[in-house]
Parts: sequence; structure tokens; C-alpha cells
Amino acid sequence: MSTQSSRLAARLMVAPSVAVLLIWMIVPLAMTLYYSFRLYRLISPERTGWTGFTNYVWFFQSPEFWLAMGNTLALVGGVLAITVVLGLLIALLIDQPVKGQGILRILVIAPFFVMPPVAASILENLFMHPQNGLFAAIAMGFGAQPILFLQDYPMLSVIGIVSWEWLPFSTLILLTALQSLSSEQLEAAEMDGASAFNRFRFIILPHATRAITVVILIQTIFLLGIFGEIFTTTQGGPGSASTTLPYMIFKQAIAAKDIGRAAAGGIIAVILANIVAYFLMRGIGRHLDA
Amino acid sequence: MARSLSPRRKLITTLSAWTVALIIFFPVLWMILTSFKTEPSAVAMPPQFLSADWTLENYVEVWARSDYPRFFWNSVVISVGSTLLGLAFAIPAAWAMAFVPGKKTKDLLMWMLSTKMMPAVAVMIPLYLLFLKLGLIDTKIGLVMALMLMNLPIIIWMLYTYFKEIPGEILEAARMDGAGLWNEIIHVLTPMALPGIASTMLLNIILAWNEAFWTIVLTTTKAAPLSAFIASFSAPQGLFYAKLSAASAMAILPILILGWFSQKQLVRGLTFGAVK
Repeated sequence: MSTQSSRLAARLMVAPSVAVLLIWMIVPLAMTLYYSFRLYRLISPERTGWTGFTNYVWFFQSPEFWLAMGNTLALVGGVLAITVVLGLLIALLIDQPVKGQGILRILVIAPFFVMPPVAASILENLFMHPQNGLFAAIAMGFGAQPILFLQDYPMLSVIGIVSWEWLPFSTLILLTALQSLSSEQLEAAEMDGASAFNRFRFIILPHATRAITVVILIQTIFLLGIFGEIFTTTQGGPGSASTTLPYMIFKQAIAAKDIGRAAAGGIIAVILANIVAYFLMRGIGRHLDA
Repeated sequence: MARSLSPRRKLITTLSAWTVALIIFFPVLWMILTSFKTEPSAVAMPPQFLSADWTLENYVEVWARSDYPRFFWNSVVISVGSTLLGLAFAIPAAWAMAFVPGKKTKDLLMWMLSTKMMPAVAVMIPLYLLFLKLGLIDTKIGLVMALMLMNLPIIIWMLYTYFKEIPGEILEAARMDGAGLWNEIIHVLTPMALPGIASTMLLNIILAWNEAFWTIVLTTTKAAPLSAFIASFSAPQGLFYAKLSAASAMAILPILILGWFSQKQLVRGLTFGAVK
């Protein structure tokens, strides 16, 4: 049904979106690239000039960079593992014929609608706080010392907060996938004497694979940019213990006021994100209906 | 896959499902409870459940002292504005890609999604400087533009998957009857596409409302929405639990209620139709 004129019309209709997205992507990227090769510190703005790869070399030689890379990996990997595994278990549970399924869904989905600064400050203050938090009260109830979450386990605390926010998303999507599974198939397998584990392994899991890959793709997009949760809670500390790559760049720009270095970090982050994106799109993109 | 269970197993699964759901929901519930306590009661050890001193004082005080209405209004303008602007760009684009697909359509969609992979922090400084030059720092219009561009790929994807399900034969039939392009869009397509457009709108308002990076980086006071308000509120740790909770509840309740209504569309929308 595509005639010559409707094709032209279609191009014209797509063009504005492509144009603004292209500008939104290329202009800041080009500026970041430019600054990454410049000496540009807000403390000494009169000293400028080209510095070659100095800013990049600083990053790769900084011990904090490798720590931040590890933390970023731990955050993305940790949250993905927790949300997919727990999400699948919870979805399996809610999918059973239980009373009040509608209300259960409403309770489970709620954290997803809580904005990151609220989620972080509520969990940090009302729950993880070593004097006034609920976890401390529970620990003391058992006669144990309260855990200093943000101080002793900063990265795990951040992973916990982010997992709480994203668990509803994976649960809801996996639940939707499970609900489209025909019960006849499972009943037939049960009659044939397939154990619960085998039913899960050979029927439920293959059916949910597509949903799991979609969860991983969408969450990775959002998790790579996690910032607000760290900003509100640990501020990347203590020391650099919970500094991720985005947060390290932020610190270079705001605390160290070194625009050149922050820009170099930005370019490194963009390259890494593109590598991840390439593999994700290749592996998972075919699952999307396009 | 609803199946019949023995009464005993049914009771156990119901109980465990409810327990798990309540644990997940508990932080929100605890926050709401704390928001109705007096400050000493909010930090009392051991924690007070039924014996707490209940009060509405926190809401009154947050409302009176913090300019909450302005933050709220900014959130409304920014989330609704960026969504409407995004729809204006996305509807024609998604329409064209769904009904006049070319060889490159899939690549184009993937490229759009990949623009979201760029870490925001990486381009923070140039964008900040750009906004400063254009006089857009701390303006609602600046944030509307930034959030629109941030969510545009998702809006296009969502609309595309909804439009895809409108059968092309109907359009052909309309064309046979001599309907022009605009007539076709207004009288045939729009009524069929409205539910999809409505759910896309709802979801993107939620995403924009909860956005907490650009809203913090690109504003100071005038245009700051609720996300920036909360980020500034959580600074005095441990001192004002009840007020922090009241402010948080006021920041999330509108969107929580909106979200509960749109939870079915959320799955479709955010998985781009890949999970149904």
C-alpha cells in the first residue's frame, strides 16, 4: 500500500523526530568530545589549551576508575540478578489461584511509582538508619548490634534500594508472561508425572525466556544511568566505596570542577554503554516486535 | 494458568503471596504511617505502631513552610508538557513507521532506543553550558524540552506497537472510498488509536514525574519540580522523619494513584509490546 507519495509523506512525518533526536545526541556528544581533549578547570579558567589524551590517561591511571567500573558492574549485575530471580519467584506465587489477586498486584507494583529520591531517602532514613531505622530496631530486638548499612555495606545498600524500586517491574512483566501460559499444558505434564521442578525447567522457564530478556534489556538501559539513589544516600562514599562511573564523572565535574576530565569520563562511559547496547540489541532486539 | 489446588495448599499459597506482597509494599506503608506521627513518636525506639501520637501537623507544616504548591505545579507542567510535546513529534513518526514501513524502519527504531543508552551524566556539562547560553536553566520550558527528548524514543516505540495492531485493510478501504490523507488520519485512524495514545500519555507522565537527574541538574528554584524538592528535603538526616515522610507522601501520591490505574498498560508499554 506504499505508493511513491505516501512514502514521501511518511519520510516527512518521521523526519522531525529523527532530527531532534540526532541534535539531542550529537551536539552534547561533540561538545563533550571537544572538552575531553582540553585543559578546562573551573578553578583556573585562564589556563586553557589542548592536552591530547591527558584527561583520558588520568582516568585509566586512577585507581578510583577501576573501582567505579567494578561498582557499576556490581550494581547492574546485582540488581538484574535480584530482580529477575525474585521477580520470577514472586510472579509464580501470585500467578497461583490466590484470593485478592488484584490487590496483590497493586501492592507489588507500588514501589515502581515511587520517585528515586523518595525511595532512597525513605529506605535510608526510616529503615537503614543505625539509630532510628526500623532495621536497627529489629536487630536490637534480637539483642544484636545495628548494622551500619551505608557505612559498612554502601554498595550492597544501594543495590538493595535500586532492587526494591525495580522488583515490581520485573515481577509484573514476568507475571504477564506466565498468565499467557496455557494451564492444559501444565496439567498434562503433571498427569504424566513431571515433577514440579521439571515443569518449571521445561515448560515455564522456556515460556518466560522472552519476557526475561526484555526485562534485562529495559532495566539495563535505566540501570546504567543510576544516579539519584547514590546522590541522596552515600554520595559515592565512604571514600569511593560506592562510586559508580556516572557518579565519578559527576564528582569530577561538581566537586573537582575539572570539566576536561569529567568530559573524558563521559566519553569513556558513552563508549562502554555503546558496547553494552550493541550486544543487548543484537541478542535481545530480535525479541522486540519490529 | 489458573489451576485448582487442594484447600490446604491454597491457604498456604494465599498466605505466602500476601506476606510477600506486604513486605514489598511495606516501605510505602511505613512512610505513610510515619507521616502522621509527631516527630518524637516517629523516631521512638522501639518503633510505635498503634501507640503512636497521631497528628496532621506534618502535612500542615510542609504545606505552609515549603512552597509545596509551586513544586507540585512545576511537576504537573513539566510532566504533562513534555508528554504532550513528545506526542506531537511521535504520533506522525510512529504512524508513518507502522503503516508505511521501509527496509530501514527496524534499524531506525533500534537507533532511537539506543539514544537512551547514553548515560545522562556523560553529557551533563555540555548540556548545562548549552542551557546556560540559551537562558534555559531553571525554566519550565527548558525542562519540558529536555524530558521530551529523553522520553521521545519510548513514546515512539509505544505508539508504534499500538499502531501496528490497527489493521491496514481499514486504511485501504478508506482510501478506496476516496478519503484523503488527513481525512484518513482524523476520521479513521484517530478513533482507533486513541486508547494507545492515552496509555502512552499516562505512562510518560509517570516517567517524567519521577525523573530525578535533569530535574535536579537543570533547576535551582523557580522551575524545580517535586523530585528536586525531595532531594533538598532529605539533607537534615534523622531530624525530621515525620516531615520527610509527609513531604514524600505528597510527592508520590498523585503519581501512585495514576500508576495504579495504568498498571496493565505499563507492561505493554514498557516492554514495547514484546510481552503480552
